[in-house]
Amino acid sequence: MEKFKTVESRPAPLDSSNVDTDQIIPKQFLKRIERTGFGQFLFFDWRFNDDGTENDKFILNDPRFKNSEILLSQENFGCGSSREHAPWALRDYGFKVIISTSFADILYNNCFKNCILPIIVDEKHLNYLFNSSLNFNDYKVIVNLDEMTLRDNKGFSYKFNIDPYRRKCLLEGLDDISLTLMHEEKITLYENKFSK
Amino acid sequence: MKPETLFDKIWNNHIVHEEDGKPTLLYIDLHLVHEVTSPQAFEGLRQAGRKVRKTNKTFATMDHNVPTLDRNNIKDPISAQQIETLENNCKEFQIELFDLASPYQGIVHVIGPEQGLTKPGSTIVCGDSHTSTHGAFGALAFGIGTSEVEHVLSTQCLWQNKPKTFEVRVDGIRPKGVTAKDIILNIIGEIGTAGATGHVIEYTGDAIKSLSMEQRMTICNMSIEGGARAGMISPDEITLNYLRDKPRIKSLDNLDSLMSEWRKLASDQGCVFDKKLLLDAAKIAPQVSWGTSPGMVSSVDSKVPNPKNIEDPVKRKSIEDALTYMDLKADTLIEDIKIDTVFIGSCTNGRIEDLIAASKIIHGNKVSPKVKAIVVPGSQVVKYQAEKLGIDKIFKDAGFEWRESGCSMCLAMNPDKLSPGERAASTSNRNFEGRQGKGGRTHLVSPTMAAAAAIEGRFIDIRAYDVDLGDY
Ligand code: SF4
Repeated sequence: MEKFKTVESRPAPLDSSNVDTDQIIPKQFLKRIERTGFGQFLFFDWRFNDDGTENDKFILNDPRFKNSEILLSQENFGCGSSREHAPWALRDYGFKVIISTSFADILYNNCFKNCILPIIVDEKHLNYLFNSSLNFNDYKVIVNLDEMTLRDNKGFSYKFNIDPYRRKCLLEGLDDISLTLMHEEKITLYENKFSK
Repeated sequence: MKPETLFDKIWNNHIVHEEDGKPTLLYIDLHLVHEVTSPQAFEGLRQAGRKVRKTNKTFATMDHNVPTLDRNNIKDPISAQQIETLENNCKEFQIELFDLASPYQGIVHVIGPEQGLTKPGSTIVCGDSHTSTHGAFGALAFGIGTSEVEHVLSTQCLWQNKPKTFEVRVDGIRPKGVTAKDIILNIIGEIGTAGATGHVIEYTGDAIKSLSMEQRMTICNMSIEGGARAGMISPDEITLNYLRDKPRIKSLDNLDSLMSEWRKLASDQGCVFDKKLLLDAAKIAPQVSWGTSPGMVSSVDSKVPNPKNIEDPVKRKSIEDALTYMDLKADTLIEDIKIDTVFIGSCTNGRIEDLIAASKIIHGNKVSPKVKAIVVPGSQVVKYQAEKLGIDKIFKDAGFEWRESGCSMCLAMNPDKLSPGERAASTSNRNFEGRQGKGGRTHLVSPTMAAAAAIEGRFIDIRAYDVDLGDY
């Protein structure tokens, strides 16, 4: 897996709660058998009108947020189906960080497997980020995973929490399967003892 | 010894490796695979030159994409390719596949229990969030992403952070007409769609214990809609009786000793959960979802909520957005909502007891001329059982379409979908925007409520129907 590097970008404020994985990547795009190329379908039903043109009311189509690498969203981001196509689409589209007050478990977990950093902040700080991002044209947030900080160019600084093991895996780009295979002996031992 | 929960017992029995500050490496007893979330995982194995570690613990079927009318003729070339890819992968990696020609094919969470693959005390994963269904047997069963599918295929293990435990206790006696589906919709309405995030729910209490295995599966199935990592119910005699004659269980030569092991799994008296919720089944009414998230539910005898009465701005906005999408006015009576389509099926409510109950409501009635109604059995076995009982005829005589098994309109990856603006009463588990087709509007209900809605063309309180539904 690639290594997670410091991200600096104006965040895109998606003002919805309970954003489900059916919205992040609608089912008609789950039929592909590759891992790549899902970014073009991200939030498809929200991003595009029925005739295929862009829906200018949707926040990601706002020119101010077009190249954003950080996504802000309201509580319970990523609920619903376990499809890893959701983080594939988010990452392929260009998002490297997602900030919300809470995440659904499976999506949260899937983010780490795809070099996306999900950050949990409290409501007050999320509101601050939403407002700043909408109101300041030169707005930038810098996410440093090594130091576990969120800073902006207005003097705001916030230390976030992250499981130390997950942090290490992201920073070093560690691949789960090779880590597990280092425990091969123990797996075999378990199998011989309990499970035929 | 300290009293333990069912969850503790299963977790402790499956630890392969643990270390401070790191997730635990858990052994996985059963891995179920389907066509949508597996192709990239097999591709990963191939690229790394890895094999499937335990082919005897891995089973596959195709369910999400399959057509329910003519299954031998898949018109969508991309669906066909995905199904063919699974067939090829199973051949290459020597995995048993319940394919479209198999009399045992069906929705992965219906066929696991039906074939006796699902066993108490085991760890079960699948690249599908409704894997929680299998928890009804006292298993620890949860959905995983495709990277984890690849991980389990090659190592038969999974890294997991230990979740917390949540007891949802439902006591009291269920009123007539109130089904397992109403109980779980009511629970989600109470705790919200993120109410159990980071937790494994164990459902306890008399009202849960009195449910049949199929009804328990309906409850555990929707645990994920409450945000839970998994849902489970302690095994008891009802569990063991259900399992006794299942194909992959009845032939086991150590069955008696297994059964006594399984009996010991139930949560101990006095065990402690991290969180608790108490509900009284007697107070639950038939439920209808009105919004775009499964927590947005009301009793059938009440109204669509009014966002004006909601103080929290984030909640208010989500209700406003939902009502706009659903094209509903605040304060509309639930019984005044007219529907165009009825879908009976899915891994929540596509089992034989569901179809029997719905058919009792339908019997001798006709589907409203304005309504299109379909029944999609959860598996080929369910379909066969129903046809043997003549239930297919009851549905067809009333004007329902009777289909082949699969996920179908639950997620509309196959041709069964709603058109924009179409409104459905659905026995499935998700009412997200566009879930059943772009622009489609979904109301989640029980099979009996869906059946009554098909006849009336609108929602109606099933408690007014004078039909004996037995224990359903
Ligand atoms: S029936 Fe619906 S919820 Fe169940 S596995 Fe199929 S798509 Fe998922």
